[in-house]
Amino acid sequence: MPESPPIFPPTAEPIVAAGETLESVTRHIASIPLEHPHPKFWWPVFGLSFCLVLLLAVSIGWLFLRGVGAWGINIPVAWGFAIVNFVWWIGIGHAGTFISAILLLLNQQWRTSINRLTEAMTLFAVACAAMFPLLHLGRPQYFYWLLPYPDTMGVWPQFRSPLVWDVFAVSTYGIVSLLFWYVGLLPDLAALRDRAGAASVRGSTPFLSSLRARIYGIMSFGWRGDAHHWQHYEKVYIILAGLATPLVVSVHSIVGLDFAIALVPGWHSTIFPPYFVAGAIYSGFAMVLTLVIPLRRVYHLKNYITTRHLELMAKVLMVTGWIVIYGYYAEFYAAWRSGDIYEAYMAANRAVGPYAPWFWLLVACNLLSPQVLWFKSMRRHTIVLWIISITVNIGMWLERFIIVVTSLHRDFLPSSWGMFHPTFWDWSTFIGTIGFFCALVFLFVRYLPAISMSEMRKLVVHEKESELS
Amino acid sequence: MSGPRTGLIARFESPDAFLAALRRVHDAGYTRLEAFAPYPVEGMDELLRLPPTPVAWIMGAAAIAGSSGAYGLQYWATHDYPINVGGRPLHSWPAFIPITFELTVLTVSITGVVALLWLCGLPRLHHAVFHVRGFEHASQDRFFLRIRAEDPRFDTEKTRALLAATDPEAIEEVPA
Repeated sequence: MPESPPIFPPTAEPIVAAGETLESVTRHIASIPLEHPHPKFWWPVFGLSFCLVLLLAVSIGWLFLRGVGAWGINIPVAWGFAIVNFVWWIGIGHAGTFISAILLLLNQQWRTSINRLTEAMTLFAVACAAMFPLLHLGRPQYFYWLLPYPDTMGVWPQFRSPLVWDVFAVSTYGIVSLLFWYVGLLPDLAALRDRAGAASVRGSTPFLSSLRARIYGIMSFGWRGDAHHWQHYEKVYIILAGLATPLVVSVHSIVGLDFAIALVPGWHSTIFPPYFVAGAIYSGFAMVLTLVIPLRRVYHLKNYITTRHLELMAKVLMVTGWIVIYGYYAEFYAAWRSGDIYEAYMAANRAVGPYAPWFWLLVACNLLSPQVLWFKSMRRHTIVLWIISITVNIGMWLERFIIVVTSLHRDFLPSSWGMFHPTFWDWSTFIGTIGFFCALVFLFVRYLPAISMSEMRKLVVHEKESELS
Repeated sequence: MSGPRTGLIARFESPDAFLAALRRVHDAGYTRLEAFAPYPVEGMDELLRLPPTPVAWIMGAAAIAGSSGAYGLQYWATHDYPINVGGRPLHSWPAFIPITFELTVLTVSITGVVALLWLCGLPRLHHAVFHVRGFEHASQDRFFLRIRAEDPRFDTEKTRALLAATDPEAIEEVPA
């Protein structure tokens, strides 16, 4: 009798390279923060990022001196780059939570080797995002007026406004992402503490290893891998993942509602919350690829972040990309079928108005470029994938630009029409945050384990078991 | 080393050997066991007879406190400073849901992490097991099983013999 094929054929390609052991995983991943390999890569890229951080500092300083007039915003386009960048950055953060929480709940084991890096990416992206609404306040020193506290004037925030929901959503998102990330780091910080003095760590002196052991030891809170602790730990971790899952959907839905609740044509649409969430995950996965492809090459992490990981991420990019395309379609369809002249004008203005070049660039970046990924060979071609990830990032930034600027610049009355021209300070603030983000990513890779060692160990043992069976 | 000993600790190279030893010690009737592993090994909880962790209940209580607090805050604040927006009722509950949700998640998450540290007794930078030779591998690639001296069946010689029979890499005494 011929053997019947298994119903779920095991995937031929493993998610960890063969031959990895508990010891090798720990040694390899811990060597990056402990030995600082490849300084010739790290110092120039960090140095460049740090220069951009200085540019950001100057830009913010100038903004505080001159007020928001330093930017190109005015009536009718009062939102400008600040909100474009805010939405772009917060969207990028969402892939981190998606990978670490949703894929954890779905038991997708391939997430293990990229979740730490993407969670860090989330944190840093949220830090960049949170800057913009505060800078856009005009008088950022009064930011705490957004919070409900018993003030002498007896007023409270307007709790019916999505802009106030945003304050709670973004701050909750930032804090919960930090907690989730740090809880995940605890066992790894303990491993760094315990490896700091290991003989195999190159270039270490007794003073340095004792200093490192102390710092990582304090950061790990004295974690010792007690079975009892693991029991609490796993429960808390999975519940945090369960909480982060609806949280990530809520955050970008609320960002979408910031627009959708306004009456502006081009914003006032029920498709916005789901379309924004999909767009967020789309841009976030693109950013993960942008970061992971060079890092895995420089730090020789191809055993852990395999080509299969890249291919899976490319597939997520395709799926979310098509949801975004559906969002564009729904917008244009609604503009056409509604019969509303303002909506119809807005749609036509996007395609042939003064911002048409930006719009068609968006179409090329967001709609056309990812279609290359229909081909398996392209999904596995790191350079092609990296270029597409960058075009998608640009495309998603343009998308927010189109949503914010083209919807606002043609007000209901032609007498209130205007144009938005970004100034030098618009660009410098935006590029500055990119530098800030990159600097944080490089510091993270330099000082903390970029891949979760404790989760990789579980995976290594699991892979070995399935190999044997 | 001199001074009182607080038990024996055995080191294992593989999770399978560790679990087998744990089962054996468990079957021999020992109850005051501690295990240390570089990742949560499936099945060790039952063998250690760990009580179910209460964190889910703690986080559940935080959810109730957080959601009612957040909703109550919005209800109270909109009545304390009433603003008529297009004739909508002051108690416009659908608009209160997003913030209620966000603050619930925030409360539960912070409570969960505080509860985790509290239940684990962390931060605690010093612990007897850190003085065990080779214990730095507990966070990396080795598995440790400790039988505490308080265990009613603990007998230095017999317990050591039992542990030795489980084929550990090493057996050490845990200094006080």
